[in-house]
Amino acid sequence: MPDILPTDSVGIVESKSIHFEQPLQLECGKTLPEYDIAYETYGELNDSGSNAVLICHALSGDQHAAGYHSMEDRKPGWWESCIGPGKPIDTKRFFVVSMNNLGGCKGSSGPNTKRPGTDKYWGPDFPIVTVRDWVNSQQRLMRELGIEHWLAVIGGSLGGMQVMQWSIDYPDSIRHAIVIAASPKLTAQNIAFNEVARQSIMSDPEFNHGHYLEKNTIPRRGLMLARMLGHITYLSDDSMREKFGRELREGRLNFGFDVDFQVESYLRYQGHAFVDRFDANTYLLMTKTLDYFDPARDHGDDLATAMSGATAKFMVISFTSDWRFSPQRSREIVKALIKAGKRVSYVEIEAQHGHDAFLMPIPHYMNVFHNYMQTVCRDI
Amino acid sequence: MRADLAIIAEWIKPGSSILDIGCGDGTLLKFLRDNSEVKGIGLEIDVQEIESCVRDGISVIQADLNDGLEQYFSDNSFDYVIMSQTLQAMDRPDILVDEMLRVGKQGIITFPNMAYWKGRLQLGIRGVMPVTRGLPNHWFDTPNIHLCTVNDFEALCKQKNINILERTVVDHTHSKSTLPMRLFPNLFGEIAIYRFCRNGV
Repeated sequence: MPDILPTDSVGIVESKSIHFEQPLQLECGKTLPEYDIAYETYGELNDSGSNAVLICHALSGDQHAAGYHSMEDRKPGWWESCIGPGKPIDTKRFFVVSMNNLGGCKGSSGPNTKRPGTDKYWGPDFPIVTVRDWVNSQQRLMRELGIEHWLAVIGGSLGGMQVMQWSIDYPDSIRHAIVIAASPKLTAQNIAFNEVARQSIMSDPEFNHGHYLEKNTIPRRGLMLARMLGHITYLSDDSMREKFGRELREGRLNFGFDVDFQVESYLRYQGHAFVDRFDANTYLLMTKTLDYFDPARDHGDDLATAMSGATAKFMVISFTSDWRFSPQRSREIVKALIKAGKRVSYVEIEAQHGHDAFLMPIPHYMNVFHNYMQTVCRDI
Repeated sequence: MRADLAIIAEWIKPGSSILDIGCGDGTLLKFLRDNSEVKGIGLEIDVQEIESCVRDGISVIQADLNDGLEQYFSDNSFDYVIMSQTLQAMDRPDILVDEMLRVGKQGIITFPNMAYWKGRLQLGIRGVMPVTRGLPNHWFDTPNIHLCTVNDFEALCKQKNINILERTVVDHTHSKSTLPMRLFPNLFGEIAIYRFCRNGV
C-alpha cells in the first residue's frame, strides 16, 4: 500500500454481509436453506436507483474488486485498474456492487463456512452451484440493496459468463452487458486443464476427501499445483518469455531439482501465495461451475436461440494472445448475438498478456471500455 | 461530411437496416442514425476508429473485411451493405462484391476512379504513377492494391450479372455531379459512387 491513497482509487473500503433466510433452489436439485452473501460497494446509489453496476468475479476473484481494506494492505482489489474515480467504471458516476459468489471462500456461504444449524464446515458437501444459481443469488442481492435493475453487468472470464446468464435469465434487469475475455462454453482442452487442477488437489494426502478443515490439515501441495497450472494458462508464451526468458535465479545451473529458472521461482511463489488466500474445495467447485456453463445446451446447442430473449446492449471484448478463452470464443458470442438481432459491439485488443490481459490497464482496452461506459452513462 | 457519404445518405431509405463495412470512425452510421432512423452496424479493423464508434454509441464489430462478412452475417440480413473508399484495398474485390449482395439486398460502393484526368496526365504525360488527392499514397506505400476505373467496375458488374441502379461521380471540389462529369464520368469523376443489386431482385 502506498503511503498516500492514489486519487483514482476508491480508497479504504469494507466488506459487508447480508444473511438470506429464504431458501435458494439450486440447479443441481438441492436447496440452500439459508446463506450469507459478502459484498462491497463503491460510489453512491442515486435517488432513482438507476446508476447501479454489478461486477462479476472470475475463478479466483472475490468481492474485493477495488480499493484497500486498510492502509497496511499490500495490494488493492483485483480490478483496481478499471474501477475508481475517472476509471472506465467511474465511481463518481456509478454505484458499483461486487459480491463473493456462493461457494466462494471470502465470506459468502461456501465450503469453508459452517453448515446452518451445525458446528460443522460444509466442506465437500457444499452443493455444486452453477452460473445460473449465482445469477439468481445476485438478483436477490440486487433486490435487497433496493436496486430495480442493473445499468450494467460487467465481468471478465467466468465473470463474463455470469453477464451472459444475466442477459438471458433477467432481461428486464440489465441494460448493458459487458462480456470480457469470456466464452460461451468451455472447450475440451479447458475442461482438461480444470480436471488436472482438481486431480492435483484431490490426490493430496492432506485433502482428506475434502474434510481437511475438520482434520486440521490443508492440501497445500495440491492447491499450489492447481494454481501453478492455472497460472501458466493465464499467461501467453510471449509474455512468459518477456517476463522470465531463461533467466537463472542464481546465475548458474544447479544440476538438481530445485529452482534453476526464474519462471520456476515465480510459479512457486504464486502457488504458495494462493494457498494462503484460497480454499481448495472452493477451487474444485468453481472449476466445475466453469465446466458446466453452456447456456446453449437447453436450446438445441444454438447460442443465438439461447440469447434470443435478451434485451441488453452488448459490448464484447477479447484479447489476441488469450489462448485460455481465445478471441474465437468471443466471436462465437458476437456471431450468436448478431444472428439473434441483438445490439452488439466487439473489439479484439492487441495484447500479449494472455488471459490475464483483462485485468491490465492496456491503453486501447481502457479507451474502448471507457468510451463504452460513457454511453452507458447516458442511460442513467 | 465527405461528398460520397453525403450522396450515400441521400440514397438510403429512412428506417432501413445497413451494414457499413470499413466504417471508419462511424461518421456515416452516426449521420444516418440521427437523421433517418437507420438501424446500422459497422465493420472496422482499426482499433482507434472503433474507439470513436464506441464513444458515439455506434454498434461496431472489429473484423478484417476480407473475411468478416462470411464470419458474422447470414444471407439477406440488411437492406444495404455499404463500402466507401475501401474496395481498392481488399484482397479480392470481386468476391467481396458477391458477399455484399449475399448479406444485403442492395450494395453501395464508392471508390477512387483511377482514370480521373489528373491521374491520366501524371501517368500518360509524365509517366509516373498518379498521386492525387483521392489517391494520396505513393506506389510503394499504398494500401490500395486493386485500383480500378469506372469502366472496369461496370465491366465487373456486367460479368457478374449485377444491376447498377444508380451511379454518380464527384470530385473533391464538387459534392454534386457537374455536366462534364455526367457526360464523361470515367474522365472527370474522381470518386465513383454506385448503388447496385442482383439482376432479377
